[in-house]
Amino acid sequence: MSSPAAAPLDLLYSETEEELRTAVRSLLAARSAPAAVLARIEAGGPHDPELWRVLAAEIGTAGLLVPEKLGGQGAGHREAAVVLEELGRAAAPVPYLTSAVLATEILLGCESAESADLLRELAAGRSVCVPALPLTLAPGAPLPAPVRDSGGGSLGGSVGSVADAVCPDVLLVLADTGLYAVPADAAGVSRTPLVALDLTRPLAAVHLDGAAGTLLADPATARAAIAGALLSGAGLLASEQLGIAEWCLTETVAYLRTRHQFNRPLGSFQALKHRLARLWLDVASARAAARAAADALATGAADAPLTVAVAQAYCSGVAVRAAEECVQLHGGIGMTWEHPAHLYLKRAKADSLALGTAGHHRGLVADFAELPAP
Amino acid sequence: MTAAALTADHLRSRVRELLSAHPPATTARAEFLRARFDAGLAWVHYPEGLGGLGAPRSLQAVVDAELEAAGAPDNDPRRIGIGLGMAAPTILAYGTEEQKRRFLRPLWLGEEVWCQLFSEPGAGSDLAALGTRAVREGENESEGEGGGDWVVDGQKVWTSSAHTARWAILIARTDPALPKHQGITYFLCDMTAPGVEVRPLRQITGEAEFNEVFLTGVRIPDAHRLGEVGQGWAVARTTLMNERVSIGGMRIPREGGMIAPVAAAWRERPELRTHDLHGRLLELWVEAEVARLTGERLRQQLAQGQPGPEGSGMKLTFARLNQEISGLEVELLGEEGLLYEDWTLRRPEIVDFTGRDAGYRYLRAKGNSIEGGTSEILLNIVAERVLGLPAEPRDDKDLAWKDLAR
Ligand SMILES: Cc1cc2nc3c(=O)[nH]c(=O)nc-3n(C[C@H](O)[C@H](O)[C@H](O)COP(=O)(O)OP(=O)(O)OC[C@H]3O[C@@H](n4cnc5c(N)ncnc54)[C@H](O)[C@@H]3O)c2cc1C
Repeated sequence: MSSPAAAPLDLLYSETEEELRTAVRSLLAARSAPAAVLARIEAGGPHDPELWRVLAAEIGTAGLLVPEKLGGQGAGHREAAVVLEELGRAAAPVPYLTSAVLATEILLGCESAESADLLRELAAGRSVCVPALPLTLAPGAPLPAPVRDSGGGSLGGSVGSVADAVCPDVLLVLADTGLYAVPADAAGVSRTPLVALDLTRPLAAVHLDGAAGTLLADPATARAAIAGALLSGAGLLASEQLGIAEWCLTETVAYLRTRHQFNRPLGSFQALKHRLARLWLDVASARAAARAAADALATGAADAPLTVAVAQAYCSGVAVRAAEECVQLHGGIGMTWEHPAHLYLKRAKADSLALGTAGHHRGLVADFAELPAP
Repeated sequence: MTAAALTADHLRSRVRELLSAHPPATTARAEFLRARFDAGLAWVHYPEGLGGLGAPRSLQAVVDAELEAAGAPDNDPRRIGIGLGMAAPTILAYGTEEQKRRFLRPLWLGEEVWCQLFSEPGAGSDLAALGTRAVREGENESEGEGGGDWVVDGQKVWTSSAHTARWAILIARTDPALPKHQGITYFLCDMTAPGVEVRPLRQITGEAEFNEVFLTGVRIPDAHRLGEVGQGWAVARTTLMNERVSIGGMRIPREGGMIAPVAAAWRERPELRTHDLHGRLLELWVEAEVARLTGERLRQQLAQGQPGPEGSGMKLTFARLNQEISGLEVELLGEEGLLYEDWTLRRPEIVDFTGRDAGYRYLRAKGNSIEGGTSEILLNIVAERVLGLPAEPRDDKDLAWKDLAR
């Protein structure tokens, strides 16, 4: 392996990180319990703008990745990862991954006055901004170029499966002439909501027909910024997946401790004990992998791309398996709409496609670790 | 004619007689099915007069193949699966002559759909712990002799098709003072009787395929009791054994079942292919083919009258494969895999795996390892009955039902 020796990683949580976790968790427990999420889904849409305002602006999570001179918290990926763990644990429908991570990272990579203005808005929680890119777009994969500039910044084209595109104020659009900030309500912009498998992260197709925007970066800068954002998005998504897996494990353990069949608690059957113990082991491993990715991103470690690929290759599968075990071990209850297990299963499965599948990331590991395919 | 003399050739000629008297092209579906039943070609191993000829069960395949080739209508086993797979063999084994004559014909014709009122909120895997009460009218006053109707109170859950069913197989507790397996009695319940309330129970797929059923003072005549009072568990075991056979025992062609849509997408859409998915697809393709062959071998063993223990494993295998294959399919579809067909609440008449999208298949397949006995329970059965491993220590078998922990 020619990549530099792995730097020592800090895989624990700091006191400030735990404080941040407590704040986010208690907000979500109060405002976005699974039953409340389900009720909002039934009422027409999962988003709760007030919840987002408190989370983004009052607790200040939207600006964690934004430097203080641009109005952000000047914190970093480790803190953002803790927020995502909690959002995963609550299957919370907020545009954090899209706006506070992906769009923010893209804007940080643009280094223009226009992008700085937008970052101030995002960091303050005054604006939601999502990249008009398919959620499945993976780091290391070729960037699509579906949007054309027909002269003078008049944009045309369509992008499918854009996450959280139902709620933003601004879309970041990659066109052949560079990256544009396009107000979501601008003339020539339309968004078609799609029926998504994941009920908690809505998708829409974005159509541009002669839409105008503000140029943020030239094509080369834009592409580099997006590549960086995809890397950090994939690395932080591992923390969301960890949160999902943790909720599923905790909830299942709690259920099997109290549910009686055959005159005893289900959790006393060795077949189930061993399964849950194995799952616990996987979750503990997922935590190390997710923390490593967050820390490598935070410190800009040279092997961050490998660490991120390892985290994605591992955590995707753990989240899906934990959610599948949660459904299975809840028996018939787990198959119902009323029980929140399905929200986590759908989120976990969609997350396993988001920002590259485990298979894609194993392919990246093959490259970084110099283990080429035959 | 005795059963031993019934050969495949004899059955073929009976099929030909049926077809010439009732040409499928010019005969109404219902009329054809009635004629088929009356000719003893519905389920050939049933007795004469009840849709059969007392022939070996294996000869059914001969009849089915001939009829299918002639374009004869089928009786839509998917819609009437619980009746065909579970109610019918139980009624055949335990029913009175009157019950058999009353119920088997409309059941096979699909005129009367059946559902299964077994599971309860507190009694799933531990079905024998059920608490729905059936009290013989007059029992309380006149010390048991009664002789009148039964009055049933309780709640059932996860009842598939309760919203379309005309009849239900029902187990209820008739003596709470006995150990749980002993105080149960088996009934045939009229789903239109007063006091039967069916409420849709929405599931993970967005549909309400199963239901909650509330039973309040439901009267069941003693003539609709199946088997002896207090012998309901033995009767229910017949039903449950048949349930597993009917779930795992479907005959499928090569690349039938869940692997079909994935294989089709792979062939038609080269842009979706990756090395990783290729390896996983081939692994599952091989496993699906082997599962098919195992099922085929099982059928051949059965035809020779030497059933093997593999039968207990088929439902386990299909549940796991359905889940892994549908999970892979969602991934294969990439961006499309993020989408779902429709979340609108619906109450379908049948479960349709193939007519729906990959997301539906993925979610619905999660039920395959829960419905009809969970995979964990089936693994316990394989470990204990096939491998002869000792059971976990149990203290619930001799305890009065009313004293069990809940
Ligand atoms: C789609 C669907 C359709 C259904 N249709 C019908 C129907 O038509 N009629 C009907 O009567 N019922 C129906 N059921 C109910 C089904 O039979 C029960 O859900 C099932 O038996 C499990 O019971 P439970 O839900 O109470 O789970 P529980 O018994 O509470 O089990 C919870 C978990 O613990 C595991 N477990 C339990 N005991 C043990 C043990 N001893 N060792 C190891 N693991 C154990 C189970 O496998 C499961 O994973 C249906 C269920 C589904 C999902």
